[in-house]
Amino acid sequence: MQVQLKVNGKSASVETPPNTLLVQVLREQLQLTGTHVGCDTAQCGACTVLMNGRAVKSCNILAAQAIGADITTIEGLARADGTLHPMQAAFKECHGLQCGFCTTGMVMSAVDLCQHHPKATEGEIREQLEGNICRCTGYQNIVKAVQQGAAAMAA
Amino acid sequence: MGASDFVNLPNIGASVLRKEDYRFLTGGGQYTDDITLANQSYAVFVRSPHAHASIKSINTAPAKAAPGVLGVFVGADVAADKINGLPCGWLITSTSGTPMKEPPHPILAQGKVRYVGDHVAMVVAETLEQAKNAAELVEVDYEVLSAVVKVTDAAKAATLHDVAPDNHCFKWAIGDKAQVDAAFAGAAHVTQLDLINNRLVPNAMEPRAVIGSYSRATDEYTLYVANQNPHVERLLLTAFVMGLPEHKVRVIAPDVGGGFGSKIYLYAEDVCLTWASKKLNRNIKWTADRSEAFVCDAHGRDHASHAEMALGKDGKFLALRVHTDANMGAYLSTFAPAIPTILYATLLAGQYTTPQIYVEVDAWFTNTAPVDAYRGAGRPEATYLLERLVTRAGWELGLAQDEIRRRNMVTQFPYQTPVALQYDVGDFRALLARANELADVAGFAQRRAATEAAGKKRGIGYSSYIEACGLAPSNIAGALGARAGLFECGEVRVHPTGSVTVFTGSHSHGQGHETTFAQVVAARLGISVDQVDVVHGDTGRVPFGMGTYGSRSLAVGGTAIMKALDKIEAKARKIAAHLMEASDADVEFANGEFTIKGTDKKVSFGQVALTAYVPHNYPLDKLEPGLNETAFYDPTNFTFPAGTYICEVEIDPATGEVRVDRFTAVDDFGNIINPMIVEGQVHGGLVQGIGQALLERCVYDEESGQLLTGSLMDYALPRADDLPHFTLATLCTPCSHNPLGAKGCGEAGAIGSPPAVINAVLDALKPLGVTDFDMPASPGRVWEAIQAAKP
Repeated sequence: MQVQLKVNGKSASVETPPNTLLVQVLREQLQLTGTHVGCDTAQCGACTVLMNGRAVKSCNILAAQAIGADITTIEGLARADGTLHPMQAAFKECHGLQCGFCTTGMVMSAVDLCQHHPKATEGEIREQLEGNICRCTGYQNIVKAVQQGAAAMAA
Repeated sequence: MGASDFVNLPNIGASVLRKEDYRFLTGGGQYTDDITLANQSYAVFVRSPHAHASIKSINTAPAKAAPGVLGVFVGADVAADKINGLPCGWLITSTSGTPMKEPPHPILAQGKVRYVGDHVAMVVAETLEQAKNAAELVEVDYEVLSAVVKVTDAAKAATLHDVAPDNHCFKWAIGDKAQVDAAFAGAAHVTQLDLINNRLVPNAMEPRAVIGSYSRATDEYTLYVANQNPHVERLLLTAFVMGLPEHKVRVIAPDVGGGFGSKIYLYAEDVCLTWASKKLNRNIKWTADRSEAFVCDAHGRDHASHAEMALGKDGKFLALRVHTDANMGAYLSTFAPAIPTILYATLLAGQYTTPQIYVEVDAWFTNTAPVDAYRGAGRPEATYLLERLVTRAGWELGLAQDEIRRRNMVTQFPYQTPVALQYDVGDFRALLARANELADVAGFAQRRAATEAAGKKRGIGYSSYIEACGLAPSNIAGALGARAGLFECGEVRVHPTGSVTVFTGSHSHGQGHETTFAQVVAARLGISVDQVDVVHGDTGRVPFGMGTYGSRSLAVGGTAIMKALDKIEAKARKIAAHLMEASDADVEFANGEFTIKGTDKKVSFGQVALTAYVPHNYPLDKLEPGLNETAFYDPTNFTFPAGTYICEVEIDPATGEVRVDRFTAVDDFGNIINPMIVEGQVHGGLVQGIGQALLERCVYDEESGQLLTGSLMDYALPRADDLPHFTLATLCTPCSHNPLGAKGCGEAGAIGSPPAVINAVLDALKPLGVTDFDMPASPGRVWEAIQAAKP
């Protein structure tokens, strides 16, 4: 089937079997490999992207469900000149990443979180990040980064 | 350069932001599965659905005929091509003098499968979907045999391997049994404990992935693999398994998404893809599903132990006696036998002066995934046992948890333990005192009263750990059974314009080497961190290396770079002396400038670099051009990070829910290059340890041998809302035997935290009559323990 969608501001059209997942279209057909696959039960959140402004797990969405949608992946977050988005910058400044594998999904979840809860407390951030697993950082610096990123996004 | 001069260099001890972060934050990281080669095909493995079975027949014809299939391979194909099984890198000799039982570890099953997930066949097809569909068509006729999963049941179970009829791999011991027994006979008090160290699944977030590639044009293989030590991978693959010359195989471990030990090993998939890439003359990719990772990545821990401590009336430790049954799983993974022996029993002195220690270890085969090193590797098992025992002994004698520790701590260094290790430096009592202060232990009674007023229970738990890192002096490791050297290699390549590329045999899969190592080099040469790039993870670019495990990267890999820098500096001085028309001995080097004492003569490091490559005015009769040096460093001792952790938990007796309310970690890692990175390593370690204590437990069905915790829905990894905000501090006694004074920090958190948590849980539950508890303290298990203790 033909799937037309907008990815990182650009229109894309791919021919793909109907059982294809959104993450497969992104990684395999559009070569946007910054979105990662860390599990097969929609638990880890490494594949998180923004779909029409909300964070979704792209391993849990059929490409067909994304027809006509506006998708933002990690590759589309920084400015065109390469300047990091405030949330990306906050992750770097707070050492909110180690191996980098969960990071891209974590950042996308954090962007959604802060857009909808700009004044989230530490407890609320921890609760909201329940769907993203990080095995390296112990989360403390991720939480700090989300707080700093939220402040920078609101500024 | 010595450690005391080194720490005063610019930016040493500064939290420089990580050089690698930009690519990771923008989706520019390149993990193995992100790589797509031309002409790439896909492999899928047919795995055993049974824990123990004979294979009566395999019919691959329907699979071979399926659309897109390029090849289907089974054990007979491996045997026909004379591909060896996977080697074990560590030989343990039993107390009887016989070597450990070392059964074959085939890459595809040879007539028998021994755990759920064992490799039976590999299907290669044009697309992943075609490979998956064809794998369904491989018909395997099994005769199911009875299975054993519990280590303490192994002796009486059906035989896994002909070479080990009773499933016994080895019996190993350390210490003087007669003296220990004598000390027990005269002791005023004996404390005993039986405990289980729960089996864990490492679960690095990036599943293992491999791309096998072969070029007929050059007869060369390239293996891309999510791996922590590409040179070791290549050595094992070429010399031991496939009989290939090393120069024809390049192993690339690109960005790797976490390891924690699970990516040290040579796995069957790595060999199968390399082998088949030549047979099919195709590039082949395999990426594990998370469910596959659960069944076939090497697991961690899985000990059952009995421990006894003999004490004097004053609470002084007189002797320790331990027996441990260690589960090896179905086959011996790469370093498996070293974990419950060399890396475990030798740590059982802990921070204490216990004069006599005897440890006996029985290792067994069971129908479970192979068990090998997982973050801490033996040292968490030792710390958990000892620190649980010490707290229990204190309670039995009416001594507070900190007091029984303080009374027994080593205070004089160097200290020779009765179990082989010699601690070079440390200040254990200072770590304990600082932890007491930071944890506000003085305020605990008040916090407990508030908790109890709310109908809950509060407990406090201590753990004072020591670990042996910086693996390892090769001659000592060799005498203890290692079949490899454990040195490290570093190359420093100064470019003509003064920027530098560093090649290290260590591998970073989250630890931040690209920044920390750049800080070391920049500080030494007086250039900016931006001018230094670090290359790792490629046998085609890095001269050699043993990789990253055992918190060794900075202490061993960093020291190799320091040695290469010594050579760079020595040569650069000669060039500078020539340029300034002075003698070598008069040249001083600081802040990137060479000067002559008492004169205003100076040349910059950049000028020297350029001169080395444009040697027009150069002592060509005495000195080669160029500025590129390599060094190998073999450590002279282990390093000994140590610390005290204090955990406070709150438990709701109605639900059994345990909440970690406060956690304080005070560590001594020696000198620290980048405190931000070190703190991050501690956070991550703590959470893996707290995960073991509260959430994680790998469970196999005891009848069928099926893995019951086979996905992230069934195996609980810690999430952000399971954890408190940690309070950290460090004290420093610099390591005495490397020029960085560094000890290593990667595993400490995972080693020190489990007993702190469980001691806190037991402290909270004491008033309810609960006296013993095995990890994890998940709500159901805690609730059951509370019910069982009711009179």
